[in-house]
Amino acid sequence: MRILMYGWEFPPFNSGGLGVACEGIVNGLLRHNTKIHLVLPRAPQMKSENFNIVDLSSNEDIEFTEINCPVLAYEGEHHYTQNLVNIKNASMYGSDLFQEVERYSQLAGPMAAKHDHDIIHAHDWLTYKAAINGKKISKKPFVAHIHATELDRSGENPNPYIFELEKMGFEHADKIIAVSDYTKRKIVQHYKIPASKIEVVHNAVTKNFKQYQTKNFKESAKKVLFLGRVTMQKGPEYFLQAAAKVARFLPETVFLMAGTGDMLGRMIHLTHDLGIDRNVLFTGFLRGADIDRAFQNADLFVMPSVSEPFGLVALESIQNGTPVLVSNQSGVSEVIPNMLKVDFWDTDEMANKIVATLKYEPMNHDLINLSKRDLNNLEWHDQALKIKNIYTTL
Amino acid sequence: MKQICFYFQVHQPYRVSKYTVFDLESEKQFFEGPERVTNKAVFEKVAHKCYLPSNMLLLELIKLHPEFKISFSITGTFLEQCMEYGEIGKKVLKSFKDLADTGNVEFLAETYYHSFAALFSRPEFARQVKKHTNLINKLFGLKPKVFRNTELVYNNDIAYLANKLGFKGVLLEGWDPVLQGKSPNLTYRPPKYVVPNEKFGLLLKNYKLSDDIAFRFSNKHWSEHPLTVEKFVNFVYNNYGDHINLFMDFETFGEHQWEDTGIFEFMRHLPDACLKNHIKFRTPSESLNDLEHAEELDVPHHISWADMERDMSAWLENSMQQSSMNHIFSMEKKVMQTRDNKLKDIWRKLQTSDHFYYMSTKYWSDGDVHKYFSPFETPYDAYISYRNILAKFEDLIENKINKKCQDR
Repeated sequence: MRILMYGWEFPPFNSGGLGVACEGIVNGLLRHNTKIHLVLPRAPQMKSENFNIVDLSSNEDIEFTEINCPVLAYEGEHHYTQNLVNIKNASMYGSDLFQEVERYSQLAGPMAAKHDHDIIHAHDWLTYKAAINGKKISKKPFVAHIHATELDRSGENPNPYIFELEKMGFEHADKIIAVSDYTKRKIVQHYKIPASKIEVVHNAVTKNFKQYQTKNFKESAKKVLFLGRVTMQKGPEYFLQAAAKVARFLPETVFLMAGTGDMLGRMIHLTHDLGIDRNVLFTGFLRGADIDRAFQNADLFVMPSVSEPFGLVALESIQNGTPVLVSNQSGVSEVIPNMLKVDFWDTDEMANKIVATLKYEPMNHDLINLSKRDLNNLEWHDQALKIKNIYTTL
Repeated sequence: MKQICFYFQVHQPYRVSKYTVFDLESEKQFFEGPERVTNKAVFEKVAHKCYLPSNMLLLELIKLHPEFKISFSITGTFLEQCMEYGEIGKKVLKSFKDLADTGNVEFLAETYYHSFAALFSRPEFARQVKKHTNLINKLFGLKPKVFRNTELVYNNDIAYLANKLGFKGVLLEGWDPVLQGKSPNLTYRPPKYVVPNEKFGLLLKNYKLSDDIAFRFSNKHWSEHPLTVEKFVNFVYNNYGDHINLFMDFETFGEHQWEDTGIFEFMRHLPDACLKNHIKFRTPSESLNDLEHAEELDVPHHISWADMERDMSAWLENSMQQSSMNHIFSMEKKVMQTRDNKLKDIWRKLQTSDHFYYMSTKYWSDGDVHKYFSPFETPYDAYISYRNILAKFEDLIENKINKKCQDR
């Protein structure tokens, strides 16, 4: 089976879970007797000497096409225009985000004529129009994979253009794959798509259980980690508000905020206003081994997302032997029951659960072991097979 | 002669309140139950669905068939709730008293607090059994003669303890690995080296027939569905052995099996159908008079009536459960030192087995979380509230002991 896949970001050029998930899906599909042609936008500001798309370049079953396009995943309209100023030959790109997406789709769509395929599979809104254009050419079934909707990123104030593009993608798709039931419900409710058109395939992680130091529970200064973009979607302010409440009971606790984003400045001010400047450390954006180290050093990982379609980063935490507290507004707990859960706005309960994890070793112990057992049941190999089975129904 | 021995378990725990770190500084009550399922609300619901209609039916049946007999084991925490929850509680208690007054109902002994004290502290176990026996005697004017341990947890040791406390027998699960091919429908006795008393016997639950009523009754995928009294009488006849022990939660009637499944109608017609077919009804004490041919049954390891495993894993599997259980029982000496009845009562209510059941992660990972029956959203929520209460309780104990020292 040949797949024309429209991706958006791919390791090592990724700033978040979308790239990691795409890599897992591609690797999984390749093990199920498929050939993939992956079309990716390539931002000109990315240095080419680092360019070595994972270990896949030697695999004959996968080919890549890159299309110059300076739209970065997770960045809004405003950022696009800002970034454009720093790019050479800026005039060759769309003057705003939407013109650029249009331009990209015009270039990426015709790949459907160049590369034989049985299925078109596209990841998130930027690629949907390209896929629709491709489908017009090849008349092959189009699967729209949704990793995060505009409503997750922007909450009450979605960008109407992006929202419409997503809706158009869902409507043109022959099947939609959502990363969680949580996301499926969102698509049914807000995009008015019939539930029967949507299949749920949860994300997994690449098995790579790291050797981690067993934590010494008796050690006095406990560490609680936030790791993600410091943006509205990820709920950083709820983390800090809970931190202030935890500090009342356990004043030695250290809270790490790893990541960057448009709310970072406000968060630094907030720690001051809450009187916890001494408890909170900001690490900036972390990559690779530093991420693992951050998880391994932490006694608890907190993901207080306002809306999280999946939350792959929670799986990375479990892999590193660190228990997880997520918001009820997250998809990941559908596949990992053994994590702590709380409504993102309920910072009292968040603090209660943080204190309990830090104080009560037996719970910590059960969370680490049982969540790892949950994770063992989750393989990209199996998830990719589910995706392939969806292809065959089309 | 075939004979059926019915025993119904009647229990309500004092579920702990949702108790956070912030509550440690407050005077919040320990035993209201979590807000979405308060203890009083549960009691009222089950009273209307099960206790009142079931007891009314049983009373009618006894009046109609003087040969119809049943037995109950009612926990102390349940009876306390009857006395605590106003009119509805009084009504429920009276319905049990009316049954007691017929003379056809036996009341069994157990730990007042539905605890596993037998496994952790013999003196405490004896105190709880005595307290229970006294309450049953006071409320119903009957002295329990047969013992059943919490969740039917049993090994040779339980027989030893029950004999020491003067009971004439114990109820346990008729679990195949223990029976090793023998029938559960016979009377047994513990090994002689455990209990030399030849009048002391064991009654084994026929779990297949019990579960036909308690679990499978409304299961439309069961090949025998719908279960009629005629079918059931046939099942009884086709079972080898005369002592058919049907042990189950009382909530089977109206709560686990809803009224619309026909469970009450089934019970309404069962006594008549049995008696017509020469199947008698016996209480546990009566059954235990028949020990002439009883074989020895050696049960070195703990078994219970719970889950497929019939072991302790529903309450003592993960770290949260083990540490909580050890923690609460390890406080015995200090609690006794306070000589404070209120604190002792709190300590014992915290021993109730249900608290540990709510912390079970056994089926939590299977994805089918809805099967999980607990007033708490997750096992972790159950643990956090329990553990915070334990922390607060330890403070209360310390304060009391310190105060007593100063007073001296």
